Amino acid sequence: MAAAPPAEAPRLRTWRWWARRFVGNRVAPIGLVIVVASIVVALLAPAIAPRDVRAMSPSDALSPPGRLYWFGTDEFGRDVFSRVLVGSRISLVVACLSVLTALAMGTTVGLTAGFYGGWWDAVSMRAMDVIFAFPAILLAIAIMAVLGTSLFNLVIAIGIVYTPQFARVARAAALTVRGLEFVDAARALGLSNARIIARHVIPNVLAPVTVQISLSLSLAILSESALSFLGLGTQPPTPSWGNMLSEGRQFLELAPWNAVFPGLAIMVVVLGFNLLGDGLRDLLDPRLQ
Amino acid sequence: MQRYLAARVLALIPVLLGILVVVFLLIRLIPGDAIQLFLGTQVEMTPEQMAELRRFFGVDRPIWVQFADYLGRVLRGDFGVSLRTARPVLSDILQRLPLSFQLATLALVVAVVIAVPLGVLSAVTRNSAFDVVARIAGLLGLSIPNFWLGAMLILVFSRYLHVALGQYVPITQDALGTLQSLYLPALALGTAIAAILMRYVRSSLLEVLGQEYIRTARGKGLRGTAVMLRHALPNAMIPVVTVIGFQMGYLLGGTVVIEEIFALPGMGRLALQAIFQRDYPVVQGVVLVVALLFVLTNLVVDLLYAWIDPRIRYT
Repeated sequence: MAAAPPAEAPRLRTWRWWARRFVGNRVAPIGLVIVVASIVVALLAPAIAPRDVRAMSPSDALSPPGRLYWFGTDEFGRDVFSRVLVGSRISLVVACLSVLTALAMGTTVGLTAGFYGGWWDAVSMRAMDVIFAFPAILLAIAIMAVLGTSLFNLVIAIGIVYTPQFARVARAAALTVRGLEFVDAARALGLSNARIIARHVIPNVLAPVTVQISLSLSLAILSESALSFLGLGTQPPTPSWGNMLSEGRQFLELAPWNAVFPGLAIMVVVLGFNLLGDGLRDLLDPRLQ
Repeated sequence: MQRYLAARVLALIPVLLGILVVVFLLIRLIPGDAIQLFLGTQVEMTPEQMAELRRFFGVDRPIWVQFADYLGRVLRGDFGVSLRTARPVLSDILQRLPLSFQLATLALVVAVVIAVPLGVLSAVTRNSAFDVVARIAGLLGLSIPNFWLGAMLILVFSRYLHVALGQYVPITQDALGTLQSLYLPALALGTAIAAILMRYVRSSLLEVLGQEYIRTARGKGLRGTAVMLRHALPNAMIPVVTVIGFQMGYLLGGTVVIEEIFALPGMGRLALQAIFQRDYPVVQGVVLVVALLFVLTNLVVDLLYAWIDPRIRYT
């Protein structure tokens, strides 16, 4: 992953300069639009959903997409369009909270490991290596299997899995900054380690961590939907894209819309975060252009 | 090379130990009593019987004694027995392992076959319409949930193209049959990896094409294809190899989900069934075996990397 950009560069540039580059990037703004739109939809979902997500109407069961039901209905006659809209809430909430968990744990470990070095660096980074040695989705599955299914456990499981990435990014950035003169100067002035980290190290970690946040959000949404699909994540009747897909799969041939639309929703939102993260990386890390 | 090999293998030991600790602790994390959970609510037991069961499973001893015991047993190849079938866990896993490994390998092959030509074309036609389309397609490939792609492939192939999806046949019986039953799951699993690899192929090749020896090769009159095949591509592929090792983790983990969609009797389905039956030794065994496989493939890739690029082993 990317190391820190040159330490003095970002501070000389104005917001307007960054905004112009962001829009000129073409990829990142599209991503941002998708991400903001999906957040708005998630916030307003109960208000804008045409029907109650739990309202069953057996006479309309498995009806194809049409004027009445835009995305068709499921086997209980529930409106798939409304359920896709409301399902965005679980996906985004779980993704945001789990990435926040990973961010908090990972950057704390990474910053302190890179800044202090020594035994703490060795031990904590080996621990991160161990988490990294498990395939992400399998570790999440195992944690959910052991802890049991709940929203909190889902956040913890996905959060743990994506912690090492943040730790590595933060550590790399902290290491490059540690040896620079301005940190020595700050120390010579008598600043405490905590102040040096807060004032001088963290600003230099922001760029690579921002990119990592965006990319991790896309992975977290995919993980949540996969876990829910397997029956280890969000439990019915709460609609989530993963468990809708799992239910829709039973009627794949008869009523494909039940599986098609939740998957499309996942794809669009994940694409938004990927475009944003990719564009940001181009912006913040000139070496990769 | 031997020194590099030794150093690399030694560095694995703490990670392997860490993996064992995590897998061991996994079961200790279960809220409440694992034995009670396994028995469920139907079985009534006296406290004496419960104590007897605890002694039988060895969970009445201090945790570090249990870990030492676990370590010793794993080293001897004893992964415990299934709580449901009483069969040894390891033999059940080894029976299911070939399918999952073949699936992951085939997915990797699919990914490479898609990624290399597209990545090369993308790099050669840099900033052209093709390059832009390929880049967007790459991001799209990264964004498609593999299990949904699997379901869509099933839908399209069985409903619209009327292609029968074959039952899994072991490779020892009929290699073509194996391929027939695994190509769709492999496509579903490999797409995301193809997207990642394509980007690495593109950027790596662009970097190599900017090097002076490429200009020299062109300057001495070599034709474009010769420069590409003899000088550029082999060097551009070196960093791509390490990325492949990394992706094995995604592939091995992804088999759990893909096997479920395609109803393939592999290791992933074994684990899922075990999870829903609270058969913890089996879950533990699969997680351990997959993590070990991941670590070993990464070791092999690293050694391969050092072998093709001598700069690595001397630094």
